[in-house]
Amino acid sequence: MKVPMALSCLLFAAAPALAQAPDPVVLAGACQGCHGIAGQGGHGIPQIKDAHGRAEFVSLMQAFRTNQREATVMGRIARGYTDEQVAVLAAHYARAQ
Amino acid sequence: MSLQRRALLAIASNLPLGLAAPRLARAQAGAGRVVIIGGGFGGASAARFARDHFPALEVTLIERNRTFTTCPYGNLVLAGRRDIASITFGYGRLAARGVRVVHQDVVAVDAAAKRVRLADGAEVPYDRLVMSPGIDLRWGAIEGYDEAASARMPHGWIPSLQPITLLRRQLEEMPDGGTFVMTIPGNPFRCPPGPYERISMVAEYLKRAKPRSRIIALDAKDGFSKQPLFVDAWAELYPGIIQWRGASNDGRVMRVDPAAMEVETEFGEKVKGSVVNVIPPQMAARIARDAGLADRSGWCPVKPATFESAQVEGIWVLGDATIAAPMPKSGFAASSQGKHAIACIAASLAGRAPPPATFFNTCYSHVAPDYGISVVGVYRASTTALTEVEGSGGISPRNATMTSERRAQHRQLEALYADGWYESITNEMFG
Repeated sequence: MKVPMALSCLLFAAAPALAQAPDPVVLAGACQGCHGIAGQGGHGIPQIKDAHGRAEFVSLMQAFRTNQREATVMGRIARGYTDEQVAVLAAHYARAQ
Repeated sequence: MSLQRRALLAIASNLPLGLAAPRLARAQAGAGRVVIIGGGFGGASAARFARDHFPALEVTLIERNRTFTTCPYGNLVLAGRRDIASITFGYGRLAARGVRVVHQDVVAVDAAAKRVRLADGAEVPYDRLVMSPGIDLRWGAIEGYDEAASARMPHGWIPSLQPITLLRRQLEEMPDGGTFVMTIPGNPFRCPPGPYERISMVAEYLKRAKPRSRIIALDAKDGFSKQPLFVDAWAELYPGIIQWRGASNDGRVMRVDPAAMEVETEFGEKVKGSVVNVIPPQMAARIARDAGLADRSGWCPVKPATFESAQVEGIWVLGDATIAAPMPKSGFAASSQGKHAIACIAASLAGRAPPPATFFNTCYSHVAPDYGISVVGVYRASTTALTEVEGSGGISPRNATMTSERRAQHRQLEALYADGWYESITNEMFG
């Protein structure tokens, strides 16, 4: 597991030149399976729609990755996504700022 | 979709026009007719995803049954902790969202002409075909285990073929002190942790209702999904109830005798049960094999980056029928594959490259109603292989790093989150 760089890099990193950009709705499809189709949560699963600003979303995922924030499944999940993917998801789910 | 067609659909579903019209979430580029065969986790998720995000796609879902009973949570029904109605869903909401739902058997797929033929003789043309057909049981792979035998020795592994309530009834009728025998196949098969969740939930029922009864599980392999977590939990919650025997301990069952309610192992030991649950070896469902999608293994190879068939162009294959290891044959995996396949199909119709492939799976298992465990996987694809992202995923933590209170809380939370997952994913498919 590569340790990600500073948050600013996560937020403003350009997409790699060769790869196609991740599709936010396909990526978010994974989140939906538990957090609900609109990110509304339920049964103790937190809502993620409009709950966070972008930076907060990214830092939460970073805390899950490094086990700084205790979780049942989110640590195992967050370590599967790249900085770029997390940034795309943050933009998808973050409330308008 | 034309206005006329949309109006017809609205009339068909008795809804105002506005409700039947899909949300215009994307540009109309890349229109085309997408036909989806199979309305389970893969097919229903794909249909909903297409309606939500790719309104230029006309979506037809062909599913022989009018309702869908999930495999997930079936073991809770078996244990008497849930009603079968609560895990059974209809297709009305998908139709209201603009999916043309056709309840027919598919008798043939003509990939060259891009047409699907239905049992009533109708032909459905497509631009892209998605098949999420599920599995068939290999009758006869265990000697003596055919469809007739399954009435006495239920499989309870394909809800549309045999509801879990049959096995439930046998379990209820079993006398206290009876033996529940289960046979488990080698890999690959639908729902890798499923048999072990079933063992757990049967034990939960027996402990409550028939405390002198025992479980003997005979397994054709030596290791299984979430094994350390299941084994820990069995010792903790159900001491003395469960005997699990792997392949190297003569666990492989070669033949069954339904009249005698006996199963026979590789080395000839006969094990008698009051209730016998045979989970037989499996393969991709017939329609996928008939369409030429399966290889000699009986399963369907796919191109990992798109889930298009590796054998037939223009057909995408999802879910349990596919060869997608290390992804498991799970509902969530099928749903993840379905969403990606739809995005790839939309891209191909628009003349664009497919989006990068990332797939996801979380499988919760209940060991008791308030005791859940999970396995997570995040996967990437190259042109030749699917791989799990290094350092990610894996099973719920075991004991070492947690106090017993913390562990109990963790297991309780995972049982709660399992309910959340179930509600979210079924709402996505059928809500």
